[in-house]
Order: sequence, then C-alpha cells, then structure tokens
Amino acid sequence: MSPEAVTRLPVTSDVQISGARHAVREAAIAAGFSLVEQTKLVTAASELARNTLVHGGGGHMEITTLGRDQRGIRLTFTDSGPGIPDVAAALSDGYTTGQGLGLGLGGARRLVNEFAIDTGPGRGTTVTVASWPRGARRVTL
Amino acid sequence: MDRIPILRLGRVLLASIQQELTDDIALALQQDLTEMAAAGADGVIIDISGVDVVDSFLARVLSEIAAAARMLAGETVVAGMRPSVAITLVEMGLSLRGLRTARSLSDALSALGLGEARIQGRS
Ligand SMILES: Nc1ncnc2c1ncn2[C@@H]1O[C@H](COP(=O)(O)OP(=O)(O)O)[C@@H](O)[C@H]1O
Ligand SMILES: [Mg+2]
Repeated sequence: MSPEAVTRLPVTSDVQISGARHAVREAAIAAGFSLVEQTKLVTAASELARNTLVHGGGGHMEITTLGRDQRGIRLTFTDSGPGIPDVAAALSDGYTTGQGLGLGLGGARRLVNEFAIDTGPGRGTTVTVASWPRGARRVTL
Repeated sequence: MDRIPILRLGRVLLASIQQELTDDIALALQQDLTEMAAAGADGVIIDISGVDVVDSFLARVLSEIAAAARMLAGETVVAGMRPSVAITLVEMGLSLRGLRTARSLSDALSALGLGEARIQGRS
C-alpha cells in the first residue's frame, strides 16, 4: 500500500462548509476526477458537512487519498452530537427534523460510490463516503 | 460577509452570483431580493453561471426566493446553470420546484419579456 495523505478540517461554521467544499474540490482534481465527478463529490461533501454543523453541532471532516493509484478519495464527517435514532428514516427523501429539504443524506448517498454511517442516540455520527474516477481502481471504505 | 449586489434593469431585479456562496451570503441575498421585490419589480433573475455547486440548502433558498417573488414581483428565472451542476442535481434527486430556468442571461431576459434591445433602450 502506498502512504495515505490525510487532511483534517474543522466544521464549526458556515464558512468552514465552504472551506470543506474547496478542499474536496482540490483533492478531486488532484485525483483525476472529471468535472461532473468532482461536482458530485463536492456536493455530497457540502450536504454532509452541513449536517455535521447543523444537526451534529459541529465536528470535523477528513479527506484521505487512497488506492494504489492514489485516485480514490475517502471523506469522513464526524461529530459528537445527538446521533441519529432511525437511520432508515433519516436516509429517506424528504425526512427532516429541521428546516431542510430532507434530501442531504439520501442525496449524498446517491452521489458517491460508497457510503457508510455509524451513529446512534448519544453516540454522535460518523459518515464515511468514498468515490473514485471512472476507470480507476475501486477503493474500499 | 460580502453581499451579492442586486441590479435593477427596468422593473427586473438581477443578482449575479460571482463569489463563493456561504450560507450566510445566500440568506442575505434572499432577504435583499425579497425586500427589493416588495418595493416593486416585475421579475427576478438569478445568474448562477458562476456557481460550481448547488446543494439542497442553496436549492431551498432559490425556491424560497421564487415563492416570495411570485407574490411580490412575478416570476423568478434562474439563469446559466452549469451542466455539471444540472447533472448532479438530477442524480441527487433534487428538483428545483417552482423555479424557471434559462440557459443564459439573455434567454432569461427574453423569458421575462425584456429583450436586450429593450434594456439598452431604457438605460
Ligand atoms: N450528523 C447528524 N447528526 C444528527 N442528526 C443528523 C445528522 N445528519 C443527519 N441527521 C438527521 O437526519 C435528517 C435528514 O438529514 P438530511 O437528509 O441531510 O436532511 P436535512 O438536513 O435537510 O434535514 C436530519 O433532519 C437529522 O434529523
Ligand atoms: Mg442535511
């Protein structure tokens, strides 16, 4: 395995959501993502970072470049907020406990190649996603 | 926070987003456009050709601007959405409900009955 490059960013304000989008865009460009592939990953990151901030009370994002050819990207969003009691409900379109459209979690899942969520009441929430450009080697979470 | 400038072209309001859009800037745009629409306008154009990501938050803000403008100032047209953004919205399952879209600013102006010639004539 080649060494993994990890970047960690705080997600505690709306300006940092925008910073997270920029960092993911740069990583996706470096990994050879097409414009549409970049846009899908950055949009997913924007949704998940906003959830970290709005629902999780703030946390951080980690960007990891991985795979033998260094073309896969894994993003991890972590908070120690209230957690999600019913993940299936939270993933369904239109479900929100706030003011949102309820499309962030389900929408983000549709925009990435791999999606995993680790959460529970009182446990905080960690969402991990991974994508790679078409033709690159598949990466695992 | 840098607010997005809003221009008046005759009775049409034009906001062109040419900067990184934080949530606060998007909400300020919603407030400013709604206030200016209430003061009198016949249409709103939001140029998003400079926007490289539309997520569900921005989509909601755009829909809410259109809903308020519909009561106060007629139609809202969102102009210049990049193809990569449009593809992403479809894959995400996000529809811009209640929003008219136009390929370019000049298409948006024609959609609101304001050809370029007419604007030049008015200015
Ligand atoms: N990090 C998180 N911490 C706690 N709850 C969350 C988190 N992310 C999502 N949720 C829950 O899942 C619901 C759906 O999320 P999402 O699909 O992004 O919609 P929205 O953010 O518009 O409410 C949220 O309303 C919230 O109840
Ligand atoms: Mg959300």
